[in-house]
Amino acid sequence: MNFIANNLLTLILFIPTLVAGVLVFLPSQEKKLIRWVAFLGSLIPLALAIFLWINFNRGQAGFQFEEHFVWYAAINSTYHLGVDGLSLTMVLLTTLLTPVSILASYSIEDRVKPYMILFLLLETGMLGVFLSLDLLLFFVFWEIGLVPMYFLINQWGSEKGEREIWGGRKIQARTYASFKFIIYTMGGSLGLLLATQMLGVVAGTFDMPLLFERWTALSGALFGLPIGTVKAIAFWAFVVAFAIKVPVWPFHTWLPDAHTEAPTAGSMILAGVLLKLGAYGFLRLVLPLYPEEARYYAGALAFLATMAIIFGAFASYGQDDFKRLVAYSSVNHMGFVVLGIAAAAFAAGTEDAVIALNGAVLQMFNHGISAAGMFFLVGVIYERTHTRDLNDFGGLFPLIPVYGGILMFTSMASLGLPGLNGFISEFLVVRGAWPIFTVYTALSMLGLLFTGAYILKGIKKTLHGPLNEAWMGRISEINLREIIVMAPLLVLMLWIGVWPAWILDVINRAMAMFF
Amino acid sequence: MQFPILSIIVFTPITAAVLLQLIPSERMTEIRVTALAAAFFAMFLSAWVYFSYDAGAGGYQFVEKYDWLPVLGISYHVGVDGISAPLVLLTGVVMFTGVLISWGIDDRPREFFTFLFILATGVFGVFVALDLFGLFFFYEIAVFPMYLLIAIWGWKVTREYAAMKLTLYLFIGSVIALVGGLAMYFASGLNTFDMLALENANFSREFQIFWFPFVFFGFAVLGGIFPFHNWSPDGHVAAPTAVSMFHAGVLMKLGAFAALRVGIMLLPEGAQFHLPWIILLALVNVVYGAYIAMVQTDFKYVIGFSSVSHMGLVMIGFATLTREGFIGAGVQMFSHGIMTALFFAVVGMVYDRAHTREIPELGGFARAMPLVAVAFIIGGLVSMGMPGFSGFIAEFPIFMGLWNYRPWIAIVAAISIVITASYIIRIIGSVFFGDMPEQFVGHIGDVTALDKVALVVLCVIMVSVGVYPSVMVPIVESGVNGVLALLGGV
Repeated sequence: MNFIANNLLTLILFIPTLVAGVLVFLPSQEKKLIRWVAFLGSLIPLALAIFLWINFNRGQAGFQFEEHFVWYAAINSTYHLGVDGLSLTMVLLTTLLTPVSILASYSIEDRVKPYMILFLLLETGMLGVFLSLDLLLFFVFWEIGLVPMYFLINQWGSEKGEREIWGGRKIQARTYASFKFIIYTMGGSLGLLLATQMLGVVAGTFDMPLLFERWTALSGALFGLPIGTVKAIAFWAFVVAFAIKVPVWPFHTWLPDAHTEAPTAGSMILAGVLLKLGAYGFLRLVLPLYPEEARYYAGALAFLATMAIIFGAFASYGQDDFKRLVAYSSVNHMGFVVLGIAAAAFAAGTEDAVIALNGAVLQMFNHGISAAGMFFLVGVIYERTHTRDLNDFGGLFPLIPVYGGILMFTSMASLGLPGLNGFISEFLVVRGAWPIFTVYTALSMLGLLFTGAYILKGIKKTLHGPLNEAWMGRISEINLREIIVMAPLLVLMLWIGVWPAWILDVINRAMAMFF
Repeated sequence: MQFPILSIIVFTPITAAVLLQLIPSERMTEIRVTALAAAFFAMFLSAWVYFSYDAGAGGYQFVEKYDWLPVLGISYHVGVDGISAPLVLLTGVVMFTGVLISWGIDDRPREFFTFLFILATGVFGVFVALDLFGLFFFYEIAVFPMYLLIAIWGWKVTREYAAMKLTLYLFIGSVIALVGGLAMYFASGLNTFDMLALENANFSREFQIFWFPFVFFGFAVLGGIFPFHNWSPDGHVAAPTAVSMFHAGVLMKLGAFAALRVGIMLLPEGAQFHLPWIILLALVNVVYGAYIAMVQTDFKYVIGFSSVSHMGLVMIGFATLTREGFIGAGVQMFSHGIMTALFFAVVGMVYDRAHTREIPELGGFARAMPLVAVAFIIGGLVSMGMPGFSGFIAEFPIFMGLWNYRPWIAIVAAISIVITASYIIRIIGSVFFGDMPEQFVGHIGDVTALDKVALVVLCVIMVSVGVYPSVMVPIVESGVNGVLALLGGV
């Protein structure tokens, strides 16, 4: 027991890798066995994360369950893990969504073994970002997560669809989407890489708590430039890397492609967790490292966030592809996260800022739950009909009532209906941001109107209206496994909507202490 | 007397080469087994040296010194420091895996392994030599068999041209370096070729500034520095698989290592004077090399030019003259050696089955040979500097060194990371995935168990260094401290 408690974070981080290692030695024909080993293996980190959640001391400032080992001594980088309320929430989200997604991938028949191995490695990559307290280690996990995701899209993505590239040559849409995804994100991380190196050289350490002190205390000149200029450049290098991941308008164009082409479970993780990495980067690194720059440029960031909310909603409304519609809704919802962060950056230290941050972090969690649910439901109907074109559906409610009910419920959570989770977080963001950026917040409220519009469009086109006779007798109801996948998500949507205190308490204390 | 482990490592290959002559040439299995046993023995001993090197003590260890030609001040003097110890290990690993994947060579295997082993002795010799004469001696031994290996066993289309080009380039380079070496011998007035003595010879500043380019470029040609790099892709492509592995994996390190050992360490003031402009050449290597690799359509040329790009990073690391830069360059030499050996092994495996290396004509090989695809992907990730693999461990400090020295070079060099990613991803996509062209369907078999062993060994090393850099970095660091002491604590 002591061993588990002392190495809790390392265990959470590397058990998925360990399970992946076990899978390597299983015969690849034994698909059932592989699925169950992967699923049960991914429940262990979830159990440990719940254990962590219970034992986490809410009132204590700073990081807990810290682990500190030598890693790369020559450049003063250490293996340093730790959690606070912010990362704890994200760890819970990741460890919850991974088994859910693995269960959702039971319908994958093609090369199950490498698929599951990549999925588990992806979990380690994502958890590493949330747990690292060393900037270099953060970067290591930040990049490493791209690789499994790339292959998941590239190999198990939707087989249909072509894209024309330069010279009129046609390639598969999933090849295009995965290439765009990895080059976009790697290109975006280039600035982060350079800035990380520079910080390491200047501060002589990569340890985050130390960096926060040393880097912010710098003054004078650096590399022959005034320190303010260097900091502003480094600030933008960080911001661009994270903004691409979130994604903030206008850096979002990789997202609809990647989400649409990815396999169902890949989209769930992509929307559920990967996008949160960007927002987490803003909170964990940008705000503490560049408080002045963040304050100075907060207006610009809020502007981009508002654009993401409005354009995301419009673009989503314009889609006829169900999956693309949900994909654009991520741009719309993540806009609120960035709006909350921008507001907090501008008015750091005030009560409004803390409220906005609470909203932003809770929105990260909520969007993770509801986007994963939405993508899964799109996948469920796609598996039965092999089409995602909304115009091909219609009036399906009587044929598949249970599915219809679940889709309605999840859509409403995504829309922000009071009583469900989305409402709480969006309300908090708006409440916090209103006194700080009144105009932008008001504009984003207009965007919220269109959120309602596109969600209703999705429901109407699938469930209501005249029945498309072609599906009579050819579409089957959601099955038990799929209901089990949705169950924890549905419970959380309602639970957070009705009684958010259990999670907000953790977030709120962390936000109040951290900033 | 201490156990002469380094001498045994150096002379194991050549002894084996002699033994091979005793086996009748048609008994191929015996020849191969003997070669493999010798290679394994050499790898085992080099791993022994590596793991028993005391990084805390630093300096030269396992030193052996015997008079050889005392009148001229030539001695047989060998030893390893923190920079050469990983390279000795690298040579052992590449030799072992090279023999494994050359198992299928049917055309005169006895002669093939003989030349390969003479080459290996030369390479080991350069890495452990502490005597300038010995270094040149082994250096020439390493270059010469290359000519025969390429000209006889190489790719039929270009082998004569490439072998000639390579040999001429390298001989001219080494002659120029030799002139520089002799100049040092005479100017020092110590009547010795011993490099440890020459380190303290206190050459005048003018002397160092004049002779540094001779020595540095003479060796750096073999390291592939721009604009003297163009022998290397041609040579890589024409060489048979095991020779390409040796060539890119080890021989290019030989150039970089000798440029460091003889150029920078013996003429530190010259280095400080010249490296600020040499770094620009290395920068061209890094960015232009990556760009050329991106536009190649021949699989092997892509890898050949990627070596030019990666070796540029080694030169950049040296040229920063900072602690981080040297550490990164030291690790990069090892990491790139392993990675590129893996790449050429994979190219060879694909070519043996498809008989073409044109990337657009290939496709879908992952289904026929899954392990090869995984190995290539791991190598590709190392190549693009993906964290968690050895390439990142090497490149990161090099860039940190650049930030200490010229930040704008770091920013320009970073472009190569994205270019590298794009060509690696393109190759993975079009060679290993996608649809297999019809003429290959059903004709492509998986690789042999021996090939798999070779690939797994290489992959495990790259991941181990990447995940746990402490297996290598402290050793390299101890070597770097020695270099920095000569540079006057720069």
